[in-house]
Amino acid sequence: MTKQADPKLLVDRYRLMWVIRLHEEALKVLFTQGKIGGTTHLYIGQEAIAAGVIAQLREDDYIVSTHRGHGHMLAKGGELRPMLAEILGKFTGYCKGKGGSMHIASLEVGNLGANGIVSGGLPISVGSGLSAKMRGTDQVTVVSFSDGATNEGNTHEAMNLAALWKLPVIFLFENNHYAVSTEVSRSMAGGMKNRAAAYHIPIQQVDGNDFEAVHFAAEEAIDYVRSGSGPYLLECETYRIEGHYYGDPMVYRSKEEVDAWRKKGPICRLEQALVERGILREAECREIEAEVRKEVEDAVAYAENSPEPPIESIFEDVFTEEGA
Amino acid sequence: MTRTMTIKQALNEALKEEFRRDETVIIMGCDVGVRGNPFGITLGLYDEFGPERVRDTPISEAAIVGACLGAAATGSRPIGEILFSDWITIGMDQLVNQIAKIRYMFGGKINVPLVIRAPVGAGGGQAAQHSQSFEAWFSHVPGLQVVMPITPYDVKGLLKTAIRSNDPVLFFEHKRGYEIRGEVPEEDYTIPFGEAVVRREGADVTIVAISIMVHKALAAAESLNQMGIKCEVIDPRTIYPFDYDTVLQSLDKTHRLIVTHESNRRSGIGAEIVSQVVERGFDLLDDHPVIVAGLDVPMPYNRQLEAMVIPSEEKIKNAVLKLMD
Repeated sequence: MTKQADPKLLVDRYRLMWVIRLHEEALKVLFTQGKIGGTTHLYIGQEAIAAGVIAQLREDDYIVSTHRGHGHMLAKGGELRPMLAEILGKFTGYCKGKGGSMHIASLEVGNLGANGIVSGGLPISVGSGLSAKMRGTDQVTVVSFSDGATNEGNTHEAMNLAALWKLPVIFLFENNHYAVSTEVSRSMAGGMKNRAAAYHIPIQQVDGNDFEAVHFAAEEAIDYVRSGSGPYLLECETYRIEGHYYGDPMVYRSKEEVDAWRKKGPICRLEQALVERGILREAECREIEAEVRKEVEDAVAYAENSPEPPIESIFEDVFTEEGA
Repeated sequence: MTRTMTIKQALNEALKEEFRRDETVIIMGCDVGVRGNPFGITLGLYDEFGPERVRDTPISEAAIVGACLGAAATGSRPIGEILFSDWITIGMDQLVNQIAKIRYMFGGKINVPLVIRAPVGAGGGQAAQHSQSFEAWFSHVPGLQVVMPITPYDVKGLLKTAIRSNDPVLFFEHKRGYEIRGEVPEEDYTIPFGEAVVRREGADVTIVAISIMVHKALAAAESLNQMGIKCEVIDPRTIYPFDYDTVLQSLDKTHRLIVTHESNRRSGIGAEIVSQVVERGFDLLDDHPVIVAGLDVPMPYNRQLEAMVIPSEEKIKNAVLKLMD
């Protein structure tokens, strides 16, 4: 029998995955209504990774997130209200409406920031890893990136330095198969296993849509890194169900391909396990979903009713002292 | 008590004093540790403060700059060193897209108290990829402070301010300036950003000179003085923030402006300074402002060609004479 996680934990993470999913679903509606500016990158289909890795970090651990980062923030303890307020550009948002979907950060929850540059976070994780090590804490940093980031120089420089200095960093490779429109087989030479080996970074490759597989692999990765053994690479294979951004016409892949992955989606798989093991009944699953839907609706209402940033704030926050 | 020392020694002293003063200060870069930097700027740091705080890195600019950011955001006060400022380009994403913007993007929630030090400047026959000065690029990016001092007193006081600043600073040191000597007090002092210094007073022409050009402008002013032309030479010391008040006060007296910098002219910092002065003080000017800057070509290797590209004392002098004609 394969290893099974504690039922209470499973229900908790199942719920978290719904929070992430329904947050993203709400964004689709808001985007269609023209209430979200710019662009928004949805985490739909990848929920098991945030729930499996990030949700088991300590409050004082760090994450460095990506442009597809809403799920990371929610899994690290981010709250729906300031999340949605930020994405609607409101003053009550995590970044006072200045960051938006791609730039959500909060030191209180240990999120050093989502990032509009696909490999931009990796060098930053080297720094937070270094400072944790120098301060003598056992904090770990999880830096997420996807296949699109694997071929930029930032990624290689960061892996080299983290390995060289044995820093407490988990490189979380969320292989969602697509960099904008390019499938990973057409973009990445060598594969992550070889690259990790080149830097002497241990790697585990798991099915990123299987919550328990991700959870247990992450447990191992976190233990390894927290004990001071150096960085770790966790590759979770998943699939970007939505387009690169919401509204992407997706001419580069077939409906059949997307549907096949949809059937392997992380939420339905965990739900099936919960029901099969008698942890939840189907009706209880629907109750959880409905409950979360209410929470998201409440947060959307909060965000919509929140004030716009005051005009005076335009020059604030560039420096710690204005005019510095 | 003051002593005479070189810019190189003043930088070294500033680093050592700040390392002693604040144990969260660290430095990382290629050659900063065991070797003490090719110019000797970090000599002795490795021995006194150890390999944890004085970190030799691979040649890995993106990782150096990014690691400074991550460390600064989580409680350290890092100094990143780029061996030649030309190679900042390899860490450009981390500097321009990350460091400069993080505080603003995140609504003021994350501070990045860090300094990136890098030697700038030409004149050593080092050709096109080891001779550039990018002050105009970086002062264009909101969120970065750009510092470019050129006396031992100033480098020491401003480097201390940079290290103590809670916001990111680019600290540019001119390679030809390291041996310049000057007086430095023994006691601890800092110099605020955004305060220019009038290096020489004069009533006929205002010369705003950046970095190494200060010394060339002073030499030109001395020679023009013998011809009866009085130049006022202003050293802004910091490019951003920039002290326009001191320049405008000077123009109130001279009504003529020359701006000189070593980097090439096109879209250079001179263009910004002139445009600001024209907007703020057009009526103060009796004549059009003049920019004496590098030629708009990559730096040639040949010494004779290089000397033609770099603005000289002679070129400043000629510009003044033409303006006074």
